[in-house]
Formats: sequence, structure tokens, C-alpha cells
Amino acid sequence: MDWVFLSELAINGALTGLLYSLFAIGLVLIYKASSVPNLAQGGLTMVGAYVVLALARDVGLPLWLAIPLAAVVMFGLGFGIERVALRRLAGRPVVMILMLTLGLDIFLRGTTLAIWGGTSRSMELGVSYDPLFLGDIFISRIHLVGAGVALALFVGFMLFFQTRTGIKLRAIADDYMASWSVGISVERGVGLSWALASVVAVAAGVIWGEIQGVDQALSLLLLKGLTVAVLGGLDSILGAVIAGIILGVVENVGADFLDPLVGGGSRELIVAAVLILTVMIRPHGLFGRHDIERV
Amino acid sequence: MFYRLSGVHHADYVSDSRIFKVPADRNLTAFIFLIGLAAPFIIPSLYLNSYMLPWLIWTAAALGLNLVTGWAGQLHLGYAAVMAVGAYSSIHAARFGVPWEFALIIGGLTSSVIGSLFAFAALRVKGLYLALTTLAMQFVMDWVLTHSPAISGGSHASLQSPTLALLGQEITTDTGFYYVAFGWCVLVTIFMLNLKRTGLGRALVAVREKDFAAAILGVNSFYYKILAFATSSFIAGVSGALLVATFFFLAAPEQFSVAVSIQVLAMVIVGGLGSIIGSYFGVALILLVPGIVNGLVVTLSDGLGMQINVETLAHIPNAVYGALIVIILLIEPLGLGKLYGNIRDYLMVWPFDQFKK
Repeated sequence: MDWVFLSELAINGALTGLLYSLFAIGLVLIYKASSVPNLAQGGLTMVGAYVVLALARDVGLPLWLAIPLAAVVMFGLGFGIERVALRRLAGRPVVMILMLTLGLDIFLRGTTLAIWGGTSRSMELGVSYDPLFLGDIFISRIHLVGAGVALALFVGFMLFFQTRTGIKLRAIADDYMASWSVGISVERGVGLSWALASVVAVAAGVIWGEIQGVDQALSLLLLKGLTVAVLGGLDSILGAVIAGIILGVVENVGADFLDPLVGGGSRELIVAAVLILTVMIRPHGLFGRHDIERV
Repeated sequence: MFYRLSGVHHADYVSDSRIFKVPADRNLTAFIFLIGLAAPFIIPSLYLNSYMLPWLIWTAAALGLNLVTGWAGQLHLGYAAVMAVGAYSSIHAARFGVPWEFALIIGGLTSSVIGSLFAFAALRVKGLYLALTTLAMQFVMDWVLTHSPAISGGSHASLQSPTLALLGQEITTDTGFYYVAFGWCVLVTIFMLNLKRTGLGRALVAVREKDFAAAILGVNSFYYKILAFATSSFIAGVSGALLVATFFFLAAPEQFSVAVSIQVLAMVIVGGLGSIIGSYFGVALILLVPGIVNGLVVTLSDGLGMQINVETLAHIPNAVYGALIVIILLIEPLGLGKLYGNIRDYLMVWPFDQFKK
């Protein structure tokens, strides 16, 4: 057993996993506030990346300006989606809400590709592709940057949930009826959670766009993001971060063992297996609340 | 045409539990059935083959999903995988030399067995978590399909379907294919229409509404959930096999990908959960409208002399398809079946304005 190689796999897996967390935080924010599983997060991520590119390439803004501007645009888009679509289906059975977010996902993807085309584009963040050496271990710089962004967002949200608005959001997550009765605007809170998730989608879109190019494949992160969110407990941001690291390590190390056995491509299989096992054994995840109705 | 409820009085249970309680409904159904029978002589063969046939087969498939999602209330995001099991096992059986009649049944039964695996997830969790589990299972099935050349047919990952032959007749013409699809769709529809009236259908509805309330009534929800998954999987399997045998002619893993699962669910939900006529509408809308809109866009842009990017054109149907799902859900969350029901109820008592239930 080559320990250096194994730890290299584990560390890079953990970094990739934190990038999944980056995606999953968006899912968790929305689920926490409104118990809506946002299957359109993949589409939102894609839109986020394309908006950044549109501002940077087509308008010609520098990237440091384009990203915050895109965040503002996406903030509005998230708010709008909640206002126009989700609010009208509040209280409907989960199957309709699921379908609505799936429809949104398809719509966002189709519209983005219809406007900007499906050719893969590059983000060109300017992060060097030279690997970083930590002793004998290779580490990808962009993954390191992305992991940093994920952790920064996590800390940011932890601080945000201490502010007055953040406390309102927590109250809504806890019990929206009670929040309503003490005068918190639940609608605005849920809208805000969509807006914040869309901003997170910009961050995820930029980092993942840099890693794998800006194209349709960005929306395929959904399964991994969902797995991370479920493993961490759908309503826990801390859970999303820790589950991301766990999934990243399991996937990277597991794929190394399994790939020679099954002839490659076992990552998807591992992710799906983790999702199935989590739901079967511990549906509320590592840090989620225990109020899931078992059959 | 006035007040079609006129003279309709149900005085005993037998007449009250008929499939069609109002003669007007029965007559309309009979009329549509006759049109369906005569379709090959009315509709040009191109449309018959590229619109009617997939519409009918997808409707049969959607009705199967409606059984498990609309009647039994279990979310299912892995339906295409179950269809794939049926398609591949039938075609392998047919290639092995089994007559098609049996090959289709083998496909259906294999699907039932594999589809019942999905039910074991439903025994543990429900709602969102069931949806996620079935989604993950779909990914597992996709993976198995694409990674086992023995199933998916070697290096090109496509499997040629042998010529369809039923009752000793080789079927090669468009009309023949159409009648096979029509027959299957009618069979499934009759099954679903009768399901409502049987104890099985009522038990499924009881499980959907509240499983522990069903348990108090003496309905074993475990048993009925597995039964619902197995039955719907049988329909899925045969539909998948027929789809390949009469429409695609080649089976490839991407015909049964996650996107297809989502598409069938969209058909069912846009049509209306638990609505049979709704499934017909839902499939028609999801399957046909994006193509029609694209045709319109092309005509419009040609007419206005605009140049539309090829890539834009390629993605417009997708955007329209997503928008359709969202718009229908916002306008009428109960689906097109409910819209049809409203119109029917209105016409039923026209020129009066009260529909007494």
C-alpha cells in the first residue's frame, strides 16, 4: 500500500468534495427555509457561470467586476423565480414541487444554451495549472482555491445566520407558522433563501466552470450535490461541508480501488450507492433534523 | 346535446359502478376508438409513424407510471430504467429465438422483478427521499447498461431489434406497427379504467392518501406498494420493448436515460396525477409541442428574414419543454386532465350551470 499516493487521493478528494459542498450549500439554503428540494440548482449554477462569462466576454468587464455583478443579477433571478413560480405552489404535494423545479432546470438549461450556444467555453480565472507540491503530494491549485471559497461561504453563512435577517431565516426554517404569527415575513424570507442560493450558484459556476469548462455538464453536478446535501442532512450547512469532504474522499479513494475491477467510470456508481445507502440507513443524514416520516 | 345527464339515474350498485356512468362519455370514447382504428386510412403515413405511434406507446408507459405515482402515490424517478430492463430483456429473448409474444411477456416479467427492487426503497421512505432513491437507482441502472457490453450489445452500445412478429405474422409496415401500438395502448387503458372500480385500485388510493389510515382499514400497504410497483413495471417493460421494436428498431442506453425518466414523470404530472385521459393529453403536449414550436420558430424567422443560429434552434425545444411544465403547473397544478374535467362538467349540464356530483 502506497501511503503517499493514498493520502494524495484523499486530500484531492477532500478538496473536490468541498467543491461539491459549494454546490450543496445552495440546495441546503432553500431546503432549510422552505422544505423545497431545489432540483433546479444545476440549472442555476449553469446560468450563473454563463452570466459571468457574458459580462466578462460580451460586455468586456474585468472578471473581478463581472463576478459580483453576476451575483447581483442572479440574486434578482433567484428572488424572481421564487416570486413567480414557487410561491404559487406552496403547500402543494411534494411531487408537484419536485416537478416544478425539474421543469425550471430544463427551462434554464434550454434557455441558456439557446442564447449562448452549447460549445464549451473557458472561464480563465487566471489560476495557475501548475500543481502545488506539498512534500510528495500533488495538489491542484484551482481545487484549493475552490475549497477556500466553499469554506469562506460556510463561515460567511454562519456569521450571516447571527444577524437579524439570518435569525429570521432560522426562525422560518424552524417553524414558519410561528414565524408568521410573530410578524416575520415568511414569503420574503423564502425569497431571500432562493436569492442567496442563486448567489452561491454563481460561486459554484465560476469554480466548476474553471475546472471543467462552462457548458451543459455543469448541471450534471446535481446528483453529487444532492448526495452531499442528503448525507449532511438536507437542512444543515455544516452537514453539507462535512458530507462534501466525506463524499469526495470516498469517491476518489473508492474509484481508485474499483476502477480496475469494473473497467473505469465507477465514480457515478459510488455516488449513487452513497445516496441510496444514506436514505436507507439514515434518511435525515449526519446533521439533519429527525423529523422525517418513515414508512 | 342538451343536458346530457338527462335520464341518467343509478338505482343500484351495479349501474353505479359502471366504467362510464354517463352515456355521453361512453359514446365519445367509442368515437375516439373508431378514429384510432381508422387512423392509418385518414392520417398520412409519415405522421402516423412519427407522431401517432410514439404518442400511443408513451401514453401506455405514462399510464404505468400514473399507476404507481398517481394511484399509489409513490414518487418514481427511475421509470426509464425499468423500461430499459423490459426492452433489453425482450430483445435479447427475441434474438435468442423466443417468439415475440413470449419475449414481450418475458420483458414485462423481468421488469416487474427489477422494478420491485424500487419498491423496497418505498417500504423505507416516501416523498422526496423516495424520489432521490429512485433517481440514484436510475443512475445505477444506467451505469450497469453502459458498462456491460453483454447487455447493451458490444462496442457500438446498440442492439438491433429482430423483426417484430405477432401471431405468426411478420410486422413490417407502418400500419402494422401502428396497430400494435394502438392495441397495447387500448389494453393498458382498459386495465387502468377498470382499476378504479376494483378493490386493488381502491386499496392503492387508500395507501396514497395515508398509509397508516389504510393499515387501520386492513389494507396491507407493504403488499400493495410492491404490487403497484410490479404492475407498473410490467407495463413499463412491455412499453419499452414495443418502443424499440416498432419505433427505434435499435436499443441504446441513452434512450432510457435519466432525462427520459424525468420526461415520463413530466407527462404524468402535466397530464394530471391519477387521470387517464390526462395522460393522453400530457404525453401529446410534452412529446409534440416542442417540435411544433420549433417548426413555428423556423417558419417565423424565415418569414421575417431573420437568421437564427443553428445552435439556438437546437435548444429552443428544450426551453419550451421546460417552460411548458412550469406553466401548466402554475396554471393548473392538477394537470390537463383537470382542465378537461372542468370543460366536460360544464358541457355535461349545458345549458344549465350546475353539475351535481
